[in-house]
Amino acid sequence: MKKNDLRIDGYEKVTGKAKYGADLFFDNMVYAKVHRSEKAHAEIIKIDKSEAEKVRGVLTIITAKDIPGEKTIGAIEFDHYPLADKKVLCVGDGIAVVVGETQAIAEEAVNKIKVEYKELPAVFDVHESLKKDAPILKEGKMNNIAVHYPLRKGNVEKGFEESDIVLEKEYKTQFVEHAYIEPEVVVAVPGEGKDEMRVYGSIQCPHSTRKGVARVLGTKLNDIRIIQVNMGGAFGGKDDVMTVLSIRAALAARKLQRPVKMVYSREESIIDSYKRHPYHLKYKVGATKDGKLKAMKVEMYADAGAYISMTPFVTWRSVVQATGPYEIENVNTDIYGIFTNNPYTGAFRGFGSPQIIFAQESLIDEIAEKLGMDGVELRKLNGYENGSVTASSQKLEQHEVSLKKAIDVVIEQSDYFNKKKQFEKFNKKSERFKKGIGLSCSFRGCALGAEGTDATGAIVSIQSDGSAYVLAGLAENGQGLKTTFALIAAKVLGISIERFRYLDQDTGHIADGGPTVASRSTLMGGTAVKIAAEKIRDRIAKAVLEELGEKDPEKIVFEDEKVKGLTTKKEIGFEVAVLKTYFAGYNLAEYGWYKAPEVYWDEEKGQGPAYFTYVYGSQIAQITVDTFTGKVYVENAYAAHDVGKVINPTGAIGQVYGGVVQGIGYGLYEEVQVDDGKIKNTNLDEYFIPTVKDFGELHATLIESGDKYGPWGGKSLGEPTLELMSAALNNAVYNATGKRNYHIPLDLETIMLGHPLRRKQKRGSEA
Amino acid sequence: MLMYLSIKVNGKDHKLKVSTTKRLLDLLREDLKLTGTKEGCGVGECGACTVIMDGKAVNSCMVLASQANGCEIITVEGLEENGELSRLQKNFLESGAVQCGFCTPGMLMSAKALLMKNPNPTVEEIKEAIAGNLCRCTGYKQIVEAIEKTAKEK
Repeated sequence: MKKNDLRIDGYEKVTGKAKYGADLFFDNMVYAKVHRSEKAHAEIIKIDKSEAEKVRGVLTIITAKDIPGEKTIGAIEFDHYPLADKKVLCVGDGIAVVVGETQAIAEEAVNKIKVEYKELPAVFDVHESLKKDAPILKEGKMNNIAVHYPLRKGNVEKGFEESDIVLEKEYKTQFVEHAYIEPEVVVAVPGEGKDEMRVYGSIQCPHSTRKGVARVLGTKLNDIRIIQVNMGGAFGGKDDVMTVLSIRAALAARKLQRPVKMVYSREESIIDSYKRHPYHLKYKVGATKDGKLKAMKVEMYADAGAYISMTPFVTWRSVVQATGPYEIENVNTDIYGIFTNNPYTGAFRGFGSPQIIFAQESLIDEIAEKLGMDGVELRKLNGYENGSVTASSQKLEQHEVSLKKAIDVVIEQSDYFNKKKQFEKFNKKSERFKKGIGLSCSFRGCALGAEGTDATGAIVSIQSDGSAYVLAGLAENGQGLKTTFALIAAKVLGISIERFRYLDQDTGHIADGGPTVASRSTLMGGTAVKIAAEKIRDRIAKAVLEELGEKDPEKIVFEDEKVKGLTTKKEIGFEVAVLKTYFAGYNLAEYGWYKAPEVYWDEEKGQGPAYFTYVYGSQIAQITVDTFTGKVYVENAYAAHDVGKVINPTGAIGQVYGGVVQGIGYGLYEEVQVDDGKIKNTNLDEYFIPTVKDFGELHATLIESGDKYGPWGGKSLGEPTLELMSAALNNAVYNATGKRNYHIPLDLETIMLGHPLRRKQKRGSEA
Repeated sequence: MLMYLSIKVNGKDHKLKVSTTKRLLDLLREDLKLTGTKEGCGVGECGACTVIMDGKAVNSCMVLASQANGCEIITVEGLEENGELSRLQKNFLESGAVQCGFCTPGMLMSAKALLMKNPNPTVEEIKEAIAGNLCRCTGYKQIVEAIEKTAKEK
């Protein structure tokens, strides 16, 4: 797969022909808008719809009272109300859905809904939320702890005693917005059969969404079809929130028996959607004077916001990976997910790893300095290698542990040690501008791990003319899954991907193969595709055996659009082979199913083989700091990631660039400012994501160590690319300025003043 | 209030009766069904709605339809040449400049507007031309490469 294969969904995307959710129009279609809570915690006394109902063209107004099925949804626990019932738990909770003949009518009417509240005490800080007098946010619970994961290994107290140096530091990370360029959109279309409903939209996990819609509409799963259209980005962010949109639109469509379109504005998107968890992390590390890490104690608090969403899974990944890719005998880790009345938090590319890596990789540099070592030396001394044992006592022996290789690649590419020396000289002479370089590294468990069932399927179907279809249970979110899956099937069958079309992503057409998350698509879905394609390949081999004069199907090879006999050297075109198989009456379509190898987690001790395989990576940030303004500019970013095996070179390298730049945003500017539960920066003019002008050169290297799992050893890439940059930047800032920072983003104020400036007071007409 | 306007879009003349408050973006998407032009923020920040108006790249969410009266507009649907992808479009695909594709139409239009007036841009000029187009997937590198390659091929 060295040649540059083009995306199989590329043509439609560069011609404007690709239909995204907002581009769908149906006959008789009407428009829905949501009225949302302005209060962070309140009882709903009354919803006054009268003025809104008077607006000409308003067709219906739906509230929780109109829900025929269950009022709550949730992938892990059912605590999330797509429409508030009696209470609101955060600003932005949906209360009513107004449907009008046009978008303008719905918008006019939605502002005329009046809700009478009885305000309840609210809590916006995880530590406040843990206090005895804090309001309990979930009925029937004793406290606001959503989840707690411990991990115990060895004896940390003994480890600290045996250490020559002990360092304790605290870190904080922020709320972050996914900022996919396409805001959320769905169209719910009633089907012809009784209770049938189709929902089209920008939906990351169609099968998860189907469960929610069926639950709230009170239907069977097969009454609901979720059809994913082209997705304008997701990054983990179009999961729960899209279920909420789908439910809201489907309730209206069910009542009106008309197609209902719901398109969020950017402001609605930012207010209504979940964020990355802010973490408060307390790290204590002990090391001997020759640099051996002896013990690490970690205590972390993650703000879950108003709903549990993915908090248990996000925090579980944190507890597994909290001590980084280092062999440490004694580890004591606790993570708490805490309910507050803040916007809810959930899945976001990285999923509990960017926070811990920011802290732990900043810490490693700091303790290295105290030991008089370079951070790289300390990492090499303690870093994982083949046979190392993790904090959960998992021995890394079934795959190549390539951590140090990844570090070496970025060190060499960036000329790290020379640059360090050069910058020291430069900084002595330069008053205003300071240069710095910083590194971070990580290990990351692939796929879901012990979070839950990990299995998925795919269909490959060859047509009688040699063209082909592919479809999988995991979905294209822009990352290039369709192309990668087609490439895998094409490689097995020895044909080009131009033969393939990807079928509509419809929950009615493919089995539930779990969510498109955890960078599991190539590894899990790719294996399922490979299994399906291999079954067809073997059948074709059987059908052409005689023709090619071979006796053993193993001697039939598929390459260069041909099917060949290895011993007889006879060959026929792929089309001919397919026709022979077709007329032999063999099935040219197949279902591949792949279930992940067993993993295990002891919830009480936090011990066990958490994931069946891992990937390793390292990144370096080389920066210039303008000490007059506080601006940090990334001159060069270097990234090396072991993906096992590259399937789609152009796509894979693009994943790295995209992840690194999201990491730059996370480290330097991005923060959803939440004051008393209310988001202050609700559009992209106030929430800044990197533009093309905001950084210098990106350098990416893909390492291929292979693996016994995955298609030809292909593993995970999407998430690791984002998780490393914030720590590398923080270490670079220290290298440049001599000042350590313990929170992100490293914005102008942080660099200049050492702390962020927040606007608490309302401005202008907000006052 | 309604008004009549004449507008040329992708080489085709249209006479339309539209509301005076309608945005050019909505005229393209709703009246002409040219849904290739996207809306990402509605405030002129993300550039997903970029089209070329009389040779200049504009955010069509920030232009009233009435302001486009008598103008010539090019949208992403007007990029193909004789039923074939243009070099710019091909290079976007070959360079891996497309992931989710939602920013792509706007990126293509900003790039085309640049190349129309400056056939040999420097990398800095390319970056300047697409600085108003946000992309969350690609990290921009392959987009810049695609535009650079297109300029070199001319």
